[in-house]
Amino acid sequence: MPADLPVLPGLLGLALRPLPLFPLNRVLAALTRRMVAEHPVILRRLGDHADRRFLIDVTDLPHVFLLHPASAGLTARRRHDLPPHDVRLTGTLAAFLAMMHGAEDGDALFFSRDLAVEGDTSAVLALRNAMDDAELDLSEELAALAGPFGAPVRRVVARAERISGLALHRMDGTEDLA
Amino acid sequence: MMELVCPAGTPAALRAAVEAGAHAVYCGFADETNARNFPGLNFTREDMAEAVAFAHRRGAKVLVAINTFPRAGAEPLWHRALADAEQAGADAVILADIGLLAHAAEHHPGLRRHLSVQAAAANPDAINLYAEAFGVRRVVLPRVLTVAEIAAINREIDVETEVFVFGGLCVMAEGRCSLSSYATGQSPNMNGVCSPASHVAYSDDGRDLTARLGGFTIHRTPKGAPAPYPTLCKGCFTSADGKGAAQTGHIFEDPVSLDATDLIPQLARAGVRALKIEGRQRSRAYVAQVVRAFRAAVEAQAAGQPLPRSALARLTEGQAATTGAYAKTWR
Amino acid sequence: MDLTVGPNQFFWTAEAVSSFHAGLCDSPAARVVLGELVCSKRLPFWQDAIPPAVEALLAAGKDVALTTLALITLKRERKLTSDLFDMGLPVEINDLSALNHLPAGREFWVGPLVNVYNEGTLRWLARRGARRVCLPPELPLASIAVLAAAARDEGVAVEVWGHGRVPLAISGRCYHARLHDRAKDSCQFVCGDDPDGRDVDTVDGQKFLTVNGVQTLSQSIASMARQVEALREAGVSSLRISPQTGDFAAILAGYADCIANRLSGADLARALVPLVPGGRLSDGAGATGAAWSGG
Repeated sequence: MPADLPVLPGLLGLALRPLPLFPLNRVLAALTRRMVAEHPVILRRLGDHADRRFLIDVTDLPHVFLLHPASAGLTARRRHDLPPHDVRLTGTLAAFLAMMHGAEDGDALFFSRDLAVEGDTSAVLALRNAMDDAELDLSEELAALAGPFGAPVRRVVARAERISGLALHRMDGTEDLA
Repeated sequence: MMELVCPAGTPAALRAAVEAGAHAVYCGFADETNARNFPGLNFTREDMAEAVAFAHRRGAKVLVAINTFPRAGAEPLWHRALADAEQAGADAVILADIGLLAHAAEHHPGLRRHLSVQAAAANPDAINLYAEAFGVRRVVLPRVLTVAEIAAINREIDVETEVFVFGGLCVMAEGRCSLSSYATGQSPNMNGVCSPASHVAYSDDGRDLTARLGGFTIHRTPKGAPAPYPTLCKGCFTSADGKGAAQTGHIFEDPVSLDATDLIPQLARAGVRALKIEGRQRSRAYVAQVVRAFRAAVEAQAAGQPLPRSALARLTEGQAATTGAYAKTWR
Repeated sequence: MDLTVGPNQFFWTAEAVSSFHAGLCDSPAARVVLGELVCSKRLPFWQDAIPPAVEALLAAGKDVALTTLALITLKRERKLTSDLFDMGLPVEINDLSALNHLPAGREFWVGPLVNVYNEGTLRWLARRGARRVCLPPELPLASIAVLAAAARDEGVAVEVWGHGRVPLAISGRCYHARLHDRAKDSCQFVCGDDPDGRDVDTVDGQKFLTVNGVQTLSQSIASMARQVEALREAGVSSLRISPQTGDFAAILAGYADCIANRLSGADLARALVPLVPGGRLSDGAGATGAAWSGG
C-alpha cells in the first residue's frame, strides 16, 4: 500500500450522497473551465489526447465523472448509467486527490493497485503528466471560484483536509512525503 | 561529493529536483529525439530555456538527453535538437548515436558531450573509442556491469563515469534491445519508448488483472497483488524444457527496480563520478522524494558518515528492489 | 543480390559445427561469417573446428569473415577480440568496442548488432574502413532504402536480416542458466541442450520469444521471402541467412532460387514452413505485435 491513503470517512461520503447532479455539475463545469483556462499547459501536454473521454470512477463516491479536456467538460453521472468513454480510471477519492496534488506518484499508486486503468493507457499517461506539470491546487481553485468568499472557502477546505486526511491542496516539492 | 544526476519529465519535476538537492537534472525535448518520448512529457524549446535559467540560478546543471538513434533521412530533426540545447544554455548533451556524436563534435565543439547508457559502452575499449573519436567527457555505464568491473574500467579510461543507482532497471544491454520493437513496432532506439502505453491493454475480469502488450500477455495478477507496468522484460512467461517439464515465472527479470543505495561507498571507491536516478516518466512527488534521500546519502558518503536509511521502497516498481548486476548475483 | 550465412547464434557441438560448415562449401552462399557471437564460454568447446572450416570455405570460393562477440565485457574477451584481427581474415564487428583494436587502414564488416540507423553513422563507419554493413533487423524498409543509397556513395555493400530467429537483445545475465536456477558462472552449458534456443511463451500460450544463453531472439522465424523484390529495389545487395538445425542446404537453395527469380516468394515461404523450428514465419511487413509475430 503506498502510504496509508485515507478512505473517505463515512460522514463525508454521506454528506455528498444526497447532492443532486444539477448543481454539482454546475460547480464541476465552472471548476474545470477555470483550471483549463488558468493552466494552458494541460491542453498543450494532452495534445490529441485532450479529445478522449475519461471516465473517472471514484469508488467511495456515489457518482462517476466524465472528463473531456478538449471542451473543458467535467460532469457527474449516475453509476448505473455509464456514459461512453475511451478510458476508465478507477480508485478512491484519496488516490485521485493525492495524485492531482503531487502528494503521491501516479505510477506508485498504480503499482499498488490504488488506481486502475482500462482502455487508452497512453491517454491516462498524458493526463497524469499534464496534471503533474500544471501543479494544480484544488483548494486554491475552489477559493478562486468563490470570488469574495475565497478566504472562508480556503478555511473550510483546510478544515476538511484535517478531518478527512485527504490531500486537498498542492504539496510543495520539498515537503516530506514519506 | 559524488554528483547526483536527477530526472525531470516536466518543468515542474525539474524545479522539484533542483529544490530537493539535485546537482544536475537531465531532461529532453518533447519529440522522438529523446528516449523517454512519452505522452504528455518533456520540454518545449521555451520550457528548456526557462529550465536552464532556473537551474543555473540555483547552481544546478541541466543535461539534455538526445539519446535516440536518428532516423535515416530525418537527421536534421536531431541536429536541430543539438543546436537548440546549446542555444538554451545546456551544460551538456547526452548522446548515443555515432553519427550524431560526430555531428556534435564537428558543429558544436564547445557543447560538452556525455555518452548515453543507450550507447551501451560496456568496456574500456568502447569508452576510449568514444572519447578519442568524439571527445566524450563522461560515460553513463550500462547496467550489466559489476562494481569490480566498474572499478577496472575506471583504471583504464580518462573520462568520468556515471552509474544508475535507483529506478527502472534494464536487464538487457541498453540501446541494443529490440524486444519492444518486436512486440509493438515501437522501439527505444527509434521512437524513444519501451513497452509503450499506446500498446498496453489491461483487462480486469473481477478476479485477475491481465496486462497485454501488443496483444501478448505480459502478466496476470490476482486481485490485491501489486501490478507492475507491463514492461516486456519484467513479464511472467512460460518455457518448456523439451522433456515434458515447463517453468512459469519471470524468465528475464522480476518486476523489481534498482536500488543501489547501499553500494554508494563501493561505487565511490570504484571511481564513479556521478550517480544517476532513473524516472523521467515519474511525478514531481516521486522525484522530490528520491532526490532528497539520495542527496542525504551522497552528503553522508562525502563526510565519511554511515548512510541514512531511507524509505523509498514503496515508490519502486512492484515494491521490491534489487542491486541488479552490480552485486554480481547475475554471475 | 546474394546470400550471406551469418554466424551460428546457438551452442552446437564441434562435430555439428564441422558438418554444418562442410555443407556450406557447395551451397549457393556467397560468403560465410563464423565464430562465437553470443557467449565466450562456449568457444573452447568448438574453436578447433574453425580453422579447417575457414580453409575449406576459402577453397570453395566463399568470402569468409570472423565475428566478434556481441557483448564484450571481460578482459579475456577483449584479448580474444584483439586476437581476431591477427587471423588474416576480415572481421565482422558486432560490438563497437572492437574498433579500438582495429589495425590502421584495415577494412572490416559491420554486423546486425551494431546500431547503424542513419547516414551519419554509416558514413562514419565507412570512413573508418567498413566495407559491408548488415543493418539492424528492426529497421523499416524506408530507412533501409535511405541507408542503401548512402552506402552506395561510400562504396559499402548493404545486407539485411533475411532468414532466422531475430536477435532481439543481449544481456549480462544468462537466461538459460536462470531457467535452471543457476548463475552465469556455473551454467554447466545448459544452452547446449537447445540447438535452436529455448522457447518462451506467454502464460496464455502465445508463441513469443526464444532464449539462447545471454541472448533473446524472436520465436518466429523472420523470413524476407516475400520481400525480396522490395529489398532489391531498395538497394540491398545481400540477404543474411542465419544458421539453424534441419535441412539448411534446402533453405539456402530456396533463397537462391528466389533471388534468381526461379521461385516466387510465396512458394519459397510455403516451402520454408516445414523446414524451420516451430514452423512459423514472419516478415514484419506492416503488422506489429501479435499480428506480426503470429502470437
